[in-house]
Amino acid sequence: MYFNLIMPDTAYIVGIVLLPLAGFVLLGLFGRRYFRRASGVIGTVLLLGSTVLALWTAYGYFTTAGKEHGVYQPVYPLKLPWLVFSDRLSIDLSIILDPISVMMIVIVTVVSLMVHIFSLGYMKGEERFGTYYAFLGLFTFSMLGLVLSENIFALFIFWELVGVSSFLLIGYHYDRPSAVTAAKKAFIVTRFADLSFLIGILILGLEANTFDIRGIYDRLPDLFAAPHPAVGLGLVLIFIGGAGKSALFPLHIWLPDAMEGPTPVSALIHAATMVVAGVYLVARLYLLYIWHESVMELILYVGVISAMLAAIIACTQTDIKRVLAYSTMSQIGFMIFSLGAVNYHNLNDDSNALGFSGSMFHLFTHAFFKALLFLCAGVIIHLVHSNEMKDMGGLRKRMPLVHACFLIACLAISGIPPFAGFFSKEEILAATLNANKFVYALALFTSGLTAFYMFRLYFSIFWWKAAEGHVRKGEGGIPFSMKLPLLILAAGSVFAGFVPVSDLVSLAGPLNEHPFGVRAIAPVGIALLGIILAGYLYKKESNRPARARAAFSGLYRLAAHKFYIDELYYFVTKKIIFNGIGRPAAWFDRNIVDGLMNGLAAVTAWVSAKIKGIQSGKVQDYALYFFAGIGGLAVLFIYLYT
Amino acid sequence: MSQVPLTHILVLSTALFFIGMYGLFTRRNLITMLMSVELILNSANINFVAFNRYLYPGKLDGIFFSLFIVAIAAAEAAVAIAIIINLYRNFKSIDVEAADEMKF
Amino acid sequence: MSESPVVFYLLSVVILGAALLAVTSRKIFRSAIWLLFALTGIAGLYFWLQMEFVAAVQIVVYVGGIVVLIIFSIFLTQQSGKDLPAPVRGRAVFSVLAVCAGFVLTCLMITRYAFPNGGNSGMDAVASVGNIGAQLLSTSEHGYVLPFEVISVLLLAAMIGCIVIAMKTKPDNP
Repeated sequence: MYFNLIMPDTAYIVGIVLLPLAGFVLLGLFGRRYFRRASGVIGTVLLLGSTVLALWTAYGYFTTAGKEHGVYQPVYPLKLPWLVFSDRLSIDLSIILDPISVMMIVIVTVVSLMVHIFSLGYMKGEERFGTYYAFLGLFTFSMLGLVLSENIFALFIFWELVGVSSFLLIGYHYDRPSAVTAAKKAFIVTRFADLSFLIGILILGLEANTFDIRGIYDRLPDLFAAPHPAVGLGLVLIFIGGAGKSALFPLHIWLPDAMEGPTPVSALIHAATMVVAGVYLVARLYLLYIWHESVMELILYVGVISAMLAAIIACTQTDIKRVLAYSTMSQIGFMIFSLGAVNYHNLNDDSNALGFSGSMFHLFTHAFFKALLFLCAGVIIHLVHSNEMKDMGGLRKRMPLVHACFLIACLAISGIPPFAGFFSKEEILAATLNANKFVYALALFTSGLTAFYMFRLYFSIFWWKAAEGHVRKGEGGIPFSMKLPLLILAAGSVFAGFVPVSDLVSLAGPLNEHPFGVRAIAPVGIALLGIILAGYLYKKESNRPARARAAFSGLYRLAAHKFYIDELYYFVTKKIIFNGIGRPAAWFDRNIVDGLMNGLAAVTAWVSAKIKGIQSGKVQDYALYFFAGIGGLAVLFIYLYT
Repeated sequence: MSQVPLTHILVLSTALFFIGMYGLFTRRNLITMLMSVELILNSANINFVAFNRYLYPGKLDGIFFSLFIVAIAAAEAAVAIAIIINLYRNFKSIDVEAADEMKF
Repeated sequence: MSESPVVFYLLSVVILGAALLAVTSRKIFRSAIWLLFALTGIAGLYFWLQMEFVAAVQIVVYVGGIVVLIIFSIFLTQQSGKDLPAPVRGRAVFSVLAVCAGFVLTCLMITRYAFPNGGNSGMDAVASVGNIGAQLLSTSEHGYVLPFEVISVLLLAAMIGCIVIAMKTKPDNP
């Protein structure tokens, strides 16, 4: 093993990853007995250290270290060969710092810190408080390892670790069967997608003869300058793996059920960080994806279908966390189809780089307002003791801070200027307009739906009419540890749009133009339309929603049942796989394999029962056997051997 | 006695030996088994004496062997009777088929 | 002397016949008596071989000691008038086969072997009681004093062993 440091004074980067791991080990081993109440503080302090290091790294990278010729180059501070198969093919633990990984470590550490602080108050009094923080540390470690990993196979290892942490955290309240089922579902669906991810990695490794990103970038000019069918297949499989983790259609079924986990967990994992791992993966291999037009079309359509499907379903859901889960799925769909938005007929157009930058920008801003939405939901659920919208209503008087934060987040997600979501969404839509007009129309419609269902949620919770009797106390009872993250994330939702992320994180240097002028009119207009419609239906108590529901009753029922996709999956697995494959296999195992073993044992027992009579306990029998043996030996030795 | 070849005496003692062995295998009473064992010992005794008389007439070693065999046979018979009495007390019979507890 | 072989064959018929009856008789007491006859016949054989001392020892120890002991033990352990149970059928067949096979095998070996002839010199003079006694207790090269002492220890051990084995243990309750 050797350390190959290109920049020797960057050893502190490893600390970013290792501090949460230390938290996991410490709290996992000792948290239950020794650090009961202090484990939250320990986890938070370790993560604070990690966040500071991440911000310092980002500052160093974006201001001084990374810039070369106006474009940010990847930097490789660490390389540890681990499993070496040949001189070029090996699984290493190595770190890559390039714009997307630096942006991701900032997002992951900041949001994780907010969740750690929030959980100090939210999970107070839990029996397994230390275990919770240990799992959070494990997740943060895995996610940071995933984004910093330069070797694709090491990335896959961290990918799996992230899946495990998600399973552990969704099923945190393991005494609830619904939570256990949801955790299993999440793990199984993502595991199934990971199978195709693994096959894709192997194909890619075979074709490129290396698992390192650096090696792939080095060989880009000669090997990948033209579309390559095997590489294309590998990239499709890798995308399917990413689609599982990012809950894209049709592998999205686990995300709504994953809301069974505690709300801060949903904020961290299923809003801001883990579910964007698929987006990150495509971005990481973007320079390969660009060359394959058909794969990019697949990405485009899968993204936009996911976005639209999720938006339609979200309009009918009544559980606040489900609405937010579908909203997340929709926004991820936006990020994905933005990555696929490249105009292959006019490759020299500058707008082709907009898709990548816009997607990454949206990832950045989405982390802030989605985490804010989930944490606000956590506070609301904490006070109302219910997840259903019908138990809420008129809460704006009792919780002014949460009201303000929620409103900011809704405005941000709807893309209203000057909030954060406006800037990122504009870039996405501009890139799509440039690439494919039909998809642009669908994306525009989905933006409108986004504003509609988010404000449906907002008005139902904070306006409508006050629900009877559930809210006993107001916001004052909430500890500061739960209010602080809301404030910080709200500030982020307002100001994150002004961070020039799309200039920093881009394919080829700062963008030539930003689409915040004429092209912004249509999206903002349709968003405002959605807000007004939601206000009309939901602001004051009336029977308008009921009449609207009756008008669209068929479509409403279809959407409320999530388009029966879950039922289709159950049908396939239960009727076809279990009955067709599982049952015969079980029969074979029970009757033939076990039968063979039991048969052998039975034969042995039968033989044993037959010959046990030799040991009869009777002296004269023994004497006879003895004499027969002697006689035989005597004959043998006298007549045959002399 | 030089008209009777040595082999005839040896055949006699062999027959006696195998009669004793048949009795050992077949008789169910412990005391009759003991009697068969005495027959076997006596056949060996005859062998010793015959060899001494026919092959080594100037020496006495065969006589001594047979004397010692008689002494040992006596001691062994005494111990065997003691054991039989003990067994009879435990199993209430001296049928050797009754003492078959060390079996499968 | 032509009566020597006749005497021998007569003696061997007596011995073998008595032995056969001893191992096959159904009544235990008769079996003991047939054994007595067989042992006496063997003593007669010793007399015919002109080994008088051994014959005397045979009668005194075997017939007078061991057979009496056996008869005592018959009385101690069961009614001697009862019939003995028949042997197990399978075992009887196998043992007859085995015994006949062994007999045939051994006889073949005996008759094929050429025994060296030692002559008849001086057995009568040597095998006198005085000589036997002297050699038994002599410590010279052909003396048998060591086995003699060992035999006496063996007899002591056998005596003690018999007493211990056949002892009735005291009952536990006082």
